[in-house]
Amino acid sequence: MAPFCHRSGTMLNGSMPIKRKTAANKAGRKTHAAKIAGNGAGNGHSSSIRPLLALEVSPSISPRNKIAIPQFHGSAATGFLHPGSAISVSHFSVEDVDRILTEASELEAMPVARRALCYAKRRVALLFYESSTRTRTSFELAAKSLGADTALVSALSSSIEKGESLKDTGITLRSLGAECIILRHPNSGAPYLLARSTGLPILNAGDGSHEHPSQALLDLRTILAHLPPSARTAVKQNHSIHDRVLQGVTVTIVGDILHSRVARSNALLLPKLGARVVFCGPQVLLPEYAAAIGPGVEIERNFERALKQSNVVMMLRIQKERLAGLEIDLEEYIEQYQLHKQRLAAFAPAAIILHPGPVIRGLEIASEITDGPNSAIAEQVYHGSIIRMALLARALDAYPKRNEHSSKRR
Amino acid sequence: MTAILIQGGHLVDPSTGMDERRDLYIRDGRVAALELPGKLNALAKKERAKIVDATGMVVAPGLVDIHVHLREPGQAYKETIASGTQAAAAGGFTSVCAMPNTSPVNDSPETTRWMQAADRHAAVHVFPIAAATLGSRGEAVADYKSLQAAGAVAVSDDGKPILDDSIMLEALAQAARVGLPVIQHAEDTRVTQGASMNAGALAFSLGLRGMSVDAESGIVERDIELLARLRKSDPASRAHLHVAHLSTAKALEAVRRAKHSGLRVTCEVAPHHFALTQAAIGDYNTDAKMNPPLRSEEDRLALIGGIVDGTVDAIATDHAPHALHEKEQEFERAPNGIIGLETALGLSLLVLHRQHRMPLTRVLALLSSQPAQVLHLKHRGSLAVGSFADVVLFRPNDDWQFRASESKSKSRNTPFDGWKLPGRIQMTMSEGRIVHDVRLSTK
Repeated sequence: MAPFCHRSGTMLNGSMPIKRKTAANKAGRKTHAAKIAGNGAGNGHSSSIRPLLALEVSPSISPRNKIAIPQFHGSAATGFLHPGSAISVSHFSVEDVDRILTEASELEAMPVARRALCYAKRRVALLFYESSTRTRTSFELAAKSLGADTALVSALSSSIEKGESLKDTGITLRSLGAECIILRHPNSGAPYLLARSTGLPILNAGDGSHEHPSQALLDLRTILAHLPPSARTAVKQNHSIHDRVLQGVTVTIVGDILHSRVARSNALLLPKLGARVVFCGPQVLLPEYAAAIGPGVEIERNFERALKQSNVVMMLRIQKERLAGLEIDLEEYIEQYQLHKQRLAAFAPAAIILHPGPVIRGLEIASEITDGPNSAIAEQVYHGSIIRMALLARALDAYPKRNEHSSKRR
Repeated sequence: MTAILIQGGHLVDPSTGMDERRDLYIRDGRVAALELPGKLNALAKKERAKIVDATGMVVAPGLVDIHVHLREPGQAYKETIASGTQAAAAGGFTSVCAMPNTSPVNDSPETTRWMQAADRHAAVHVFPIAAATLGSRGEAVADYKSLQAAGAVAVSDDGKPILDDSIMLEALAQAARVGLPVIQHAEDTRVTQGASMNAGALAFSLGLRGMSVDAESGIVERDIELLARLRKSDPASRAHLHVAHLSTAKALEAVRRAKHSGLRVTCEVAPHHFALTQAAIGDYNTDAKMNPPLRSEEDRLALIGGIVDGTVDAIATDHAPHALHEKEQEFERAPNGIIGLETALGLSLLVLHRQHRMPLTRVLALLSSQPAQVLHLKHRGSLAVGSFADVVLFRPNDDWQFRASESKSKSRNTPFDGWKLPGRIQMTMSEGRIVHDVRLSTK
């Protein structure tokens, strides 16, 4: 059996004693490689199928000839999920969320010039199989503001068009020195494949209808910023997020839940912190079993009843590109589910309005709401760049440092 | 051909109800005699028979798998008839029925004969199943008479169900005329577009499009209705519907009702459907992706119920090899199916015999005499005197570990890698030839 298979991944996932941050940095390549060799032996897999790049060659050449060989971290066969990855919010504990948000605030407060030294010349690849404006730009600017070099690979202008597999694309990026890959992909679960193929930390920038963890975290940060002043002070003083920080907060997510990775990530994240999540939408876009995604999630099909309970209302776009045969009467949808001024004023005048974008004005949401006083849509974008800096820092901290000159902060 | 005496074993033959210590004598590829231990020693000495010591082993009819994909012609990088039948031999199977979704589709007597030619170097007997419609396009039924004459034992458009009522009706009627069963892969492909797992809460969580239970049961119910209509118009019709890899409680119930009403409907269940549920998908493990998909625990238990109460006629593997690079893709893009020949006996013993207390002889019936009966494979799946000397020898209580890397198949796509399974196979004989011998293969 070849070393990249899922099975070894499943076996090793969770049992890999790789420590985050300093330990991993110090241990460096040697330990990493040794562990991987151990994996292969332990599974009884011969290495008959090897990747094209025989990475073991480099150590033997490098010291003698003093050729600057790019540092490959680990041999190709990894098969585990790197702990710096952010693929699903279901992997995050409350402590993880707290750490990410704390890191976000620290980076936000840091002078821009100093921030740019944090991860100077570290290499981050953005691999985008789907179009994106805000997520891509947000990740790219976040990486750059930390001093990292970024490279963008998009499906339409690369060898992907020629039929290169996700696995091979990932291995190529790693060989080019990428230390972290940000992936946007139309297929659910694709980040797991990339993570196992490369062994690199993978940041999921949206996979099919599965998850969008950075979006859920930025939504969380936006919601926290809008908590009543007393609650906000408490969060600031304790400097920590706990499992009751959103107690009493009801977040209603409205629209195309079936195809929404944003809805899934939020429904998995917010109840962890005490929030109640209400899904709202027509049967065809919101099957009954959606509520089974996790605790603290309910369904209320009547939009106005849902609004009445809401402190936060998150509107979603209908994903026409994923409908595949499903039929929706848009007029009826607008009639029942569009958020407009009268509805908001009548049922949830104090709620804050979120939207992950792209917004289709006049369909799920009226223009006056998007631009109105309740809207936190522009703020979401701001929090996005801060959260993404934190996720990148988390990924790069967990990854063995490849550049001596990149100065570590703190 | 030399004679063989298998002595000291415990003979279990569901076709005759034999479940006792017996010595088995094989001559010219056929079962020549069955006697109490020691009674055949003199004959063996006289004929200089080869002696096989089966002490502590179960001696059973070679297993019969009525649903495999051997990928030849056309996809030899996944499997060949030679490699697939070696995997069969290693799994105790001596008869395998090969589905026609090859390249080209096996809808002709030429391809049917090609598959059975000596040049294919099959380790065990291959029975081709021919396409029910030309090119499996679901438009025009194939020439069943010539296909049957060439050796086809059933017709099926496996993977591409026949949706059109009139075509299905015609296939059932035409096949009945030459005594062939029609095997249907029951899936309403009009509503399963883009689906890659069982529909429901888990599919929602994983963000995958789901295949509903109704997409399977709907076609099974429709086919049964067509069969009933056929019988009404011609009470003497021998039309026979066989439902492939049945996976849901609802479709099982439809088959159960049809059987009670006396219709000629049979069905098979694959080991992965009674051993696993959709939970095996985990983090998008493509080795847990198959069609029909792994279902819920309720469906799994219902299938076991159907096996226990006799509604299910056969266990069939749906052995579906795929190359590593094909499975190592995004879940939604990866092809359906897993290899299954080497794990079928072990999984059946584990789940049905050990966990659900089915008698060994009934488990073996589902893997030998009953599938042979479903497709009318004469003198197969039986150790009665005169039958083909297709024999499997295994130690029922000896657990072993399945390792995909050691599979005889060309492919490695299995969710059972590393599983500890009961029933270590010691030897497989096909028509009196030893085609698998654990003592040789481990050295």
